[in-house]
Amino acid sequence: MALPQKESSPIFSDATAGTLRLIAYLALAAILMVLDHRNGWLHRARYFTAAAIVPIYKIAAAPADWVHDASTAFAQRSALIDENRQLRETLMLAEARLNRMGAVAHQNERLKQLLDTQHLLGMHAQLARLIDVQLGPTRDRVMLNVGADESVRVGQVVIDSHGVMGQIIETLPHASVAMLVVDPDHAIPVMLARNGLRGIAHGTGDPDQLVVPNLPLSSDIKPGDQWVTSGLGGRFPAGFPVGTITELRHGSSGMFLEALVKPAAELQRSGEVLLLRDQPDPVGPPAPAPEVGPPSSLAPTTAAQKPVRAQPAAPPATPPGDAP
Amino acid sequence: MNRVYAQGWAFWIGIALALLLMLMPLPAMIQPLKPYWPALVLIYWSLESTDRVSIGLAFCVGLAADLLNGALLGDQALRLAVMVFIALRFRSRLRFFPMWQQSLAVFLLLLNNHVLQTLIRAFAGDPAMPALSWLAPAVGAAIWPFVFLMLDDVNTRLRGKGARAS
Repeated sequence: MALPQKESSPIFSDATAGTLRLIAYLALAAILMVLDHRNGWLHRARYFTAAAIVPIYKIAAAPADWVHDASTAFAQRSALIDENRQLRETLMLAEARLNRMGAVAHQNERLKQLLDTQHLLGMHAQLARLIDVQLGPTRDRVMLNVGADESVRVGQVVIDSHGVMGQIIETLPHASVAMLVVDPDHAIPVMLARNGLRGIAHGTGDPDQLVVPNLPLSSDIKPGDQWVTSGLGGRFPAGFPVGTITELRHGSSGMFLEALVKPAAELQRSGEVLLLRDQPDPVGPPAPAPEVGPPSSLAPTTAAQKPVRAQPAAPPATPPGDAP
Repeated sequence: MNRVYAQGWAFWIGIALALLLMLMPLPAMIQPLKPYWPALVLIYWSLESTDRVSIGLAFCVGLAADLLNGALLGDQALRLAVMVFIALRFRSRLRFFPMWQQSLAVFLLLLNNHVLQTLIRAFAGDPAMPALSWLAPAVGAAIWPFVFLMLDDVNTRLRGKGARAS
């Protein structure tokens, strides 16, 4: 660099002025942080500057998209064929289940009409794509490409084809931010698909793990069990898979069990997600899950597990018929 | 005159690229190791020229980064202001350090920045960052020589071109 400039910055000149200025800026930053923490100014600032910000996100996400496109373009043909076959199988299975579900749903609707309640089965959803940018130091929040102008509202539930991903926490005019279920700030009311045991699943910050604390030591629960949303609280509709239990351990107090859960949704990979339109909220708590009474094998099973559970239940009915 | 303009462009483009790199996602495994790009670019320019970077400018860049990042408004503004203050204060020594010593200084700056970030997050009640992220300052220091040489190269070329044109 040019030598003359060196004279203008000897080692200890302007020290006091610089320090004073630093202190002023530190104070300003501290004030901003406190105000933002209290009033959520950042959200408003982001809303008004969104016209400039969202294109920046798109640019930042572009390389990741290119990498994804390139990996698709150069993927092995055999891998693609395999994937295609697998998807076809899954689709067929899903359709078969859906057909069976259709009948049940129809019947359910009729019964509910008879009971004169709101019907909750009609599910309005909106397709959205992830904009692949990193918000904050951890990846517990994702950005979607639809926003307030597409009538997305804060609190809507985000799901993918495997389960619940999270919920919308912030909307911009043409983008929105969703908090994933693994965010440490997130909690979701769940129940065990097998027997209706209720709990609350908290995020841990680890993208592969949720934790359901405070389960009674005596509860009927084992690794491999599936948690589904319980619908309590009215935010998440009931019956969507949340995750499977990988490990059970004693909580820090030793009085309760703690279940470590692997999220059902593909949080790392989902490119397209569904936004559920707000459901017609049931007023008051929904009907309690069938926890007491006859053994769980005889009890009516929950909605999500019906197609799977119905299968093992059927064979025992036939052998006695065949035997005589 | 031309040279000043060219340098100005280089500076702003560098800042914009650093902000984009900050937003860009990496594979989940190495995500916490991502170096803090805006800091590296600001350190380079505060060593390179006296009048380009000031604490106020670092503050504004930090505000823009906060706005983009969706974190607490003022968080990065504070951290970058502190960082540029230290870099400017020791500028005349840092500039004539050999590269490895400069890298070490950058490591300390980034580490200080990380400690500040942890404190701010603790005050705001945000969850702690993953343990692996403490390695990010080391990664930043490791790539500092490359960042420095690349920015320096661009800078020298621009200066040469500007001098010829004017």
